[in-house]
Amino acid sequence: MDKAKSMVDKKGASGPFHVNNGQSQKVFHSHVMVATNGSCCSSSSSNAFGSSTVPSGSGTFENMHHLHRGDDAECNGSPAKRCRLRRRTESVRKHRPPFPWFGMDIGGTLVKLVYFEPVDITAEEEQEEVENLKSIRRYLTSNVAYGKTGVRDVHLELRNLTMCGRTGNLHFIRFPTQAMPRFIQMGRDKNFSSLHTTLCATGGGAYKFENEFRMMADLELLKLDELDCLIRGLLFVDRVGFNGHPECYYFQNPSDTQSCVKKPCTLDNPFPMLLVNIGSGVSILAVYSENNYKRVTGTSLGGGTFLGLCCLLTGCETFEEALEMASKGDSTNVDKLVKDIYGGDYERFGLQGSAVASSFGHMMSKEKRDSISKEDLARATLVTITNNIGSIARMCAVNEKIERVVFVGNFLRINTVSTKLLAYAMDYWSKGQLRALFLEHEGYFGAVGALMELLKTTEDP
Amino acid sequence: MKYQCRRRVDKEDEMTCLIKGCNFVLKNIPHEAFVYAKHADSEFRFQTTNPDIFPYLLVNIGSGVSIVKVESEDKFERIGGSSIGGGTFWGLGALLTKTKRFDELLQLASKGQHASVDMLVKDIYGGSYGYLGLTGDLIASSFGKSATADKDFSKEDMAKSLLHMISNDIGQLACLYAKLHNLSRVYFGGFFIRGHPVTMHTITYSINFFTKGEVQALFLRHEGYLGTIGAFLKGAEEDNPNQYSWGENYAGSSGLMSVSPDMNPMQRARSGTFPFDMLEMDRLERQLVNLPLLQDPSSYIPDTVDLTEDALAREYWLYCFEEALDGVVKRAVASQPDMPEAALRAEKFRQKYRHKLQTLRQQPFAYGSLTVRSLLDTREHCLNEFNFPDPYSKIKQRENDIALKYYQKAVKSLDELSWEEKQFALVRGVLAGNVFDWGAKAVSDVLESDPEFGFEEAKRQLEERPWLVDSYDQWLERLKGPPHKCALFFVDNSGVDIILGVMPFVRELLSRGTEVVLASNSGPALNDVTNGELQILTERIAAMDPVIEAGLREDRLLLVQSGSSSPCLDLSRLDKVLAMVVRERQTDLVIIEGMGRAIHTNYYAMLSCESLKMAVIKNSWLADRLGGKLFSVVFKYEVPAGKPNKDCGAFSPS
Repeated sequence: MDKAKSMVDKKGASGPFHVNNGQSQKVFHSHVMVATNGSCCSSSSSNAFGSSTVPSGSGTFENMHHLHRGDDAECNGSPAKRCRLRRRTESVRKHRPPFPWFGMDIGGTLVKLVYFEPVDITAEEEQEEVENLKSIRRYLTSNVAYGKTGVRDVHLELRNLTMCGRTGNLHFIRFPTQAMPRFIQMGRDKNFSSLHTTLCATGGGAYKFENEFRMMADLELLKLDELDCLIRGLLFVDRVGFNGHPECYYFQNPSDTQSCVKKPCTLDNPFPMLLVNIGSGVSILAVYSENNYKRVTGTSLGGGTFLGLCCLLTGCETFEEALEMASKGDSTNVDKLVKDIYGGDYERFGLQGSAVASSFGHMMSKEKRDSISKEDLARATLVTITNNIGSIARMCAVNEKIERVVFVGNFLRINTVSTKLLAYAMDYWSKGQLRALFLEHEGYFGAVGALMELLKTTEDP
Repeated sequence: MKYQCRRRVDKEDEMTCLIKGCNFVLKNIPHEAFVYAKHADSEFRFQTTNPDIFPYLLVNIGSGVSIVKVESEDKFERIGGSSIGGGTFWGLGALLTKTKRFDELLQLASKGQHASVDMLVKDIYGGSYGYLGLTGDLIASSFGKSATADKDFSKEDMAKSLLHMISNDIGQLACLYAKLHNLSRVYFGGFFIRGHPVTMHTITYSINFFTKGEVQALFLRHEGYLGTIGAFLKGAEEDNPNQYSWGENYAGSSGLMSVSPDMNPMQRARSGTFPFDMLEMDRLERQLVNLPLLQDPSSYIPDTVDLTEDALAREYWLYCFEEALDGVVKRAVASQPDMPEAALRAEKFRQKYRHKLQTLRQQPFAYGSLTVRSLLDTREHCLNEFNFPDPYSKIKQRENDIALKYYQKAVKSLDELSWEEKQFALVRGVLAGNVFDWGAKAVSDVLESDPEFGFEEAKRQLEERPWLVDSYDQWLERLKGPPHKCALFFVDNSGVDIILGVMPFVRELLSRGTEVVLASNSGPALNDVTNGELQILTERIAAMDPVIEAGLREDRLLLVQSGSSSPCLDLSRLDKVLAMVVRERQTDLVIIEGMGRAIHTNYYAMLSCESLKMAVIKNSWLADRLGGKLFSVVFKYEVPAGKPNKDCGAFSPS
């Protein structure tokens, strides 16, 4: 109880702070300090939930859970586990965990995997490196596609990054959550467990697939909270930048389709920000510092809804297909606009004639249903979901008194229709008060955050 | 261009009318708003009317959603909205399920399982997301499974998923706006809601989830009429709305006509409205207000039993009213012997009222809450509608004439008694007089078969003390103390009741130095004495009785209309003049007489001064239920807690 109290006190004392490379050391240092107190539990999550709507008790419980896990490994570990533990202890002496370094975010629809490929391997190291570690590295870095559905987003690769004293490239890989059993099978076939690495995983799948990892591949997952990881990963990638370019961007002139243009920017002073994570569903967080945030609300109308409805309405099968169709469609054939009802603007209430009055409203008529194209339906679905998220995000921003709204999540991948629409909606409805910001690595921050946890837990004291 | 402008103006008027209508029903119609609770004992929990209705949020769900903040009669603002509304449910639902009609879509939805289409938290986590308190059954992504699962989904499941998606979304937005504008009252309306329990349920659920119970989703019985009522009122704008009130005619309500989407879907019009919708309102040329002596006006409920909750009582009373219908029709015809078409009209009355009773048997909520009062009032309304405004007028006259002949004799015999005997005889007189009642079936049978049924006979029929409810001893003790400043007496029947029962009692009060306000109905109901009739009667009694004469002359006996035309009594809807008199005279005693006013209504009414409720149970079923028998007596004298008798005279006007 005392510990929890002191953590809350600590949080209370720390206001929003500026993050740059120089200070990031300090941040890491402070974590280490806490860790030496004998608890890996006092990670950022506990601070965050000190101020969250969740009773602090449940946060504490969750921390206990982590603590427990460590005990298990020590008390009744198998020889293999004990060996792994020894390796880990050794690596702590060497200030870093053993390779390979992975961070994983298992979402409802997609699994996001980040892999750190060291490029500063010494000859001695090369010699010591076990064969299957080499083969994993070669397999991941020499391919851009894995199986039928795995993809490496080459354009997102972060090159010559220094993490934990090692230099390397950070690779971004994704595959459908449906392929998870096959992935676990692969981990078993490649004898992943012999590498004695800790697999840091976040997202709901870290919980859902925990047993399968253990049973099928003899792998223990280090389960991490997805919102903690999201924020930590986001702030990290923003800090290191995108290969010399800013990670963040916005749209200039969002209300004018002709002159609307994407502009890079920096998140110099990121707090407070409203973070809107659009995955299968949507979570909206108010973030006041790296360790202080709350989940404001969420909506079930997210990327999964867009894809799900598109599949049902058009018979398409993939997100790319759905977006491709949407890019060619015209939603005004599907949606009823204000001018369809009022003949023009609805001035008294400040509604433009071009505003949507009823999504899918034209589809109440049978003739229109019979003559509508799949492209139009896909576009209407995209616009409906996007506008709704924009509307809820805007309300939350006003309620929380936050002007900066950051949109992330894989729904925004290759989806300029939505990013522009969100930028427009924030600007228009707030009369320029709110600014929508986007990040290049849209959906990967949770996975990055998970990787950072791996590097953090083994930091030198 | 001109055409467009014209339409725009019309649309603007539409919103104004909607709000006007909404304000109107919230202010004037008892039990207009209700909370929907699917699994509770009573599906609909009605809210008591409160004149203080502002500010509130109106969420109108038509094809899109408009969210309007209403701050006063004239001040409202559309603060937001959403394009995901009823049109989205209908349009998208039609595409997904190939089902054309809105009602059919709702029917499909009511049978479906959304979990086969939606991605739930447990589908992602394998359980709950305990960290954030998100339960496993929560929807993480609407339609999330249809993107990945390689299978066909049933129409029912998709419709259900769509309904959840849209209801939750609207509920969430409504909550966000309510929070932003700090409003706790949120009313939902529009064709998406109208009378559809499925949508009311999902919206209610969503609001509870997003506000953790801080905001209640409220629905309106006459939701479908708001625009029309508003337009009508707008037309009558030159009138000052503060000069009059309205009474509901219990014709029907758009919000509750059908309790199940399965019920007669074919009867409904395409748009999801009902062909038999009806709202009848009577404009009362009076302003109606609370009795200033109600202990807590906000919690006052006139009716003793809510028949929507009490199935046994409902069955009995519906049966009872149906049984009595023949007699009512007969008397209605007899009251207009010179009109040949009276029989035809009476027959139409019979059909209409019987139809209403039948509707109520199947849908107890059809007219909001169901009470003995609403059944009685509905009958009066129907009689009026078929031009039988006062079927008892001749009977009342005849009985008054007979009773007046006995008045002096009755007073004289009372005056011969000792003080204590006299007090008891006066109370027995009021009670015996109250036996004479055409409204009660047991009595009307006797009255009809034996017109010579006399006052003395009635006294013999009365239960001996101790009565079923008996606080006579306390009353007698009180009478030994100082006189009351002013008594307000709600009277009941004509004839023996008012003349031989009430008037001698009033005479005694006057003699003690207590001022008396006699409150009687503004319009006819059964054989109840109306204010107009009472004026004439009192004049005639004053001619024989110097005490009454002096009372009238010295302005110590006042005759004031109650504002009601019901055999029952709603103390929250009384004539403004009456309320004023009550305040001015510093009334410290309220007497309520008769079954309709003191048993069916107001039995539990708490007043801030002394009160006396007197009635004879003239219905064996009710007597049985209350643990008594036919002609059992209720004599309920109450003094409010913390108010010593002596201070009663010091009631200060507010």
